Amino acid sequence: MEFFRIKKDIPFMRHALKFNIISLVTFLLAVAFLLTKGLHLSVEFTGGTLIEVNYQQAADLEKIRGALGKSGFSDFSVQNFGSSQDVMIRLPLKGDQNTSQLGEAVMNSLNAEAPGAQLRRVEFVGPQVGKELAENGAMALLLVVIGIVIYLAFRFEWRFSVSAIIANLHDVIIILGFFAFFQWEFSLSVLAAVLAVLGYSVNESVVVFDRVRETFKKSRGLTTPQVLDHAITSTISRTIITHGSTQLMVLSMLIFGGETLHYFAMALTIGICFGIYSSVLVASPLVMWLGVSREQFIKPKKVIEGANEDGAVV
Amino acid sequence: MNRYPLWKYITVAIALVLGFVYTLPNFFGESPAVQVSSAKATLKVDQKTLARVEDALKGAGITHDGIQLDFNGVKTRLRDTDTQLKAKDILERTFNPDPADPQYVVALNLLSASPQWLTALHALPMYLGLDLRGGVHFLLQVDMKGALTKRLDSVSADLRTVLRDKNIRHAGVNREGDRLVVKFRDTETRDKARNAIADSQPDLVLAEQGEGSDLRLVATLKPEAQKKIGEFALKQNITTLHNRINELGVAEPVIQQQGADRIVVQLPGVQDTAKAKDILGRTATLEIRMVDDSPGALEAALAGNPPFGTEVYTERGGQPLLVKKQVVLTGDRLTDAQPGFDNQTQEPAVHLTLDSAGARIFKDITRDNVGKRMAILLIEKGKGEVVTAPVIRTEIGGGRVQISGRMSSMEANDTALLLRAGSLAAPMDIVEERTIGPSLGADNIKKGFHSTLWGFAAIAVFMIVYYQIFGVVSVLALASNLLFLIAILSLLQATLTLPGIAAIALTLGMAIDANVLINERIREELRAGMPPQAAISEGYERAFGTILDSNITTLIAGLALLIFGSGPVRGFAVVHCLGILTSIFSSVVVSRSLVNLIYGRQKKLTKVAIGQIWKPGNSAGTAAVNGQK
Repeated sequence: MEFFRIKKDIPFMRHALKFNIISLVTFLLAVAFLLTKGLHLSVEFTGGTLIEVNYQQAADLEKIRGALGKSGFSDFSVQNFGSSQDVMIRLPLKGDQNTSQLGEAVMNSLNAEAPGAQLRRVEFVGPQVGKELAENGAMALLLVVIGIVIYLAFRFEWRFSVSAIIANLHDVIIILGFFAFFQWEFSLSVLAAVLAVLGYSVNESVVVFDRVRETFKKSRGLTTPQVLDHAITSTISRTIITHGSTQLMVLSMLIFGGETLHYFAMALTIGICFGIYSSVLVASPLVMWLGVSREQFIKPKKVIEGANEDGAVV
Repeated sequence: MNRYPLWKYITVAIALVLGFVYTLPNFFGESPAVQVSSAKATLKVDQKTLARVEDALKGAGITHDGIQLDFNGVKTRLRDTDTQLKAKDILERTFNPDPADPQYVVALNLLSASPQWLTALHALPMYLGLDLRGGVHFLLQVDMKGALTKRLDSVSADLRTVLRDKNIRHAGVNREGDRLVVKFRDTETRDKARNAIADSQPDLVLAEQGEGSDLRLVATLKPEAQKKIGEFALKQNITTLHNRINELGVAEPVIQQQGADRIVVQLPGVQDTAKAKDILGRTATLEIRMVDDSPGALEAALAGNPPFGTEVYTERGGQPLLVKKQVVLTGDRLTDAQPGFDNQTQEPAVHLTLDSAGARIFKDITRDNVGKRMAILLIEKGKGEVVTAPVIRTEIGGGRVQISGRMSSMEANDTALLLRAGSLAAPMDIVEERTIGPSLGADNIKKGFHSTLWGFAAIAVFMIVYYQIFGVVSVLALASNLLFLIAILSLLQATLTLPGIAAIALTLGMAIDANVLINERIREELRAGMPPQAAISEGYERAFGTILDSNITTLIAGLALLIFGSGPVRGFAVVHCLGILTSIFSSVVVSRSLVNLIYGRQKKLTKVAIGQIWKPGNSAGTAAVNGQK
């Protein structure tokens, strides 16, 4: 079986500008959503209390809200979580409240007004911890970016590392944009997914760049766009099969993983789709515009050739 | 060219066998058990305890599947959960006849159900995190400022004593925030005081302020001293927490330092957070009181008629003791307690250090009571226990107290620990709390398992259909990757969490990339007209550089997560990083050795089953490149 019966190199670079405009528009939209709507951060980042309870029969959310209101709670949110029997209650941080007793207090008021609730999970995060998590998340992102830029610059060339990181950071922003637009909950595990995706799609650019370097070394007489077209075309089958396989696994998580893994898998899905797009169709044109050329890869050989020619003259 | 030397095959075979052996315990799962461990630092669990457990169970007619003794306590393996509950009740009654004063912790636990020979190889099942087994997680913030304030208060008392002893007149010693201010009327006195204080308190930095008749000496703690106080407070709090959590009857509590000023407490299986919080936040105090040894008084007290101002306490070892109600000294005055030996008799002893106010009181009391006994009591939840009741031999000054006599060095150790650990050195706040019900934990395992299983199955089906024999090889390599990953996680006894399972799934999904790269490369070489053996060899060689590069970039992201991640992210990162490392080995070395085994020996190989090789004919783009070779 062969899915990819490609007769000649696909002229990706001819449409480079279009691809980049599309990705720029998506990027700007993502930024706009992030700025206007903001991320719906989970309790882990904002601090607060989260309580998950389970009822034997479908839960009556109104009754639960009433019960909590009566007990003097405010600004809480009550939602179904996964199924109609599971309920998620979120309470914000309050300066004067005795937070450590909050879980019990909520359960008491639930048992009084809407009995039958079984406690599944309580999470309480203090304000200091949440702030630190957000800071650590930002630091992790920064470290990944720096690490990858240095590694690629060392292994390839600065042009490659710069374009790879631009292309992939734009993936990250687009994932965040999706989370802002749909107001999906941005939790620690989503952050982990975002960073994993960053590493993974840089991976993608690396495969293409490897081929670009190889083609530059092997073949003369091809223009830079032709070399890029050839590199992309010859790796496209691998790109799509690999990402398809990874997506199969992620899909399985989306289907069987339940609510806890849902947004994790969602972030991965978006990351994988945009990862293909950006590392192939955004990173490569960027490399081209940054002025990559054959000379950058065969320099040492040229020096030796030059010397020989000089020798011949003398 | 596609043959491996024998040693390479052997290496791969050994790696696979080891992977299999260490993965094996996870399939046996865990069997219910009851664990008996000591609830007090002074009580040791040994062979005698084991025999007692055996007798108790035999007496009740409960059959067990083996009893073992390790550093955690005596663990009894039982057939099912019903027997486990019955056995727990029996042992609870045998070991703690008085429920109000538990001597032992009797807790439900799970033991690896794998055969003895596996356990002997340290092959244990993976350690499940709280989100998979249920339990409570607390993150406690130690109030270092509180510890410093406490220390400064005791230093300020010391300063007053020093100045009074040296007859230096001052106009008041006060604590203002994190510094002590001593006021003076003239510079001469201040200079004298400065010297005296510098001599007695090396931990203080002194600065002079003010002029005229309003002269001040400002003392602050040196940064090193502050750091030492912080470290000491954290260590003592951890010790205290250990002792308290023992009472909760948790089989395997985790109590660890996190960062400079935090403590993580994880109690698997505990659902009653209210009780757990109550116990964590409780305070215990140490008291020194005099013993009433007047003849007949104890007998009268035991008859229910204690003399006025006395109480009956039980000494360790069970003897009743009549103790006066008046408290001579409290634990606040104790700055340290260390085990050691008596200088003259070489007997084991406990050395106590008191602060200067405490030393003065102690000196007075011992001078007046030579030949009498004093009792050291630990008061917890309003209930006291006499730790020790030594006889006062001479007047003791200087704040250094030694308790000795009729003590083994083990007992000296335990007493010192108990005296130090009696109370919290600094107040603590709960900054993070997570409770996971046991049903949610079981659900999470199921969900994680199904995600991985079906994802793996889907990838396997696709790879085999698309790449045929090479697809089978890729799937076997991927399976060996899973094997290695689980083996390493079991071997390291890393904690597996739900994000960890997600990382296993994701790592597998990403690891297939290496094999796709190799297979595509081989197809490409075949398309270019290379003979099959050469194509296989070229395919592996060329793909390797790319695989390395791409795995290293993924690893960079994994490491960043590992360094900055905490909680669930950390669990994800550990598995992710390990998975990347195992995947390089399995997708390159294991798959290559399989391919070599299958094809390497055929000299005239004309066809390999890697799926259809579709040739585009002589088109411009590819021809140009191929022509350059």
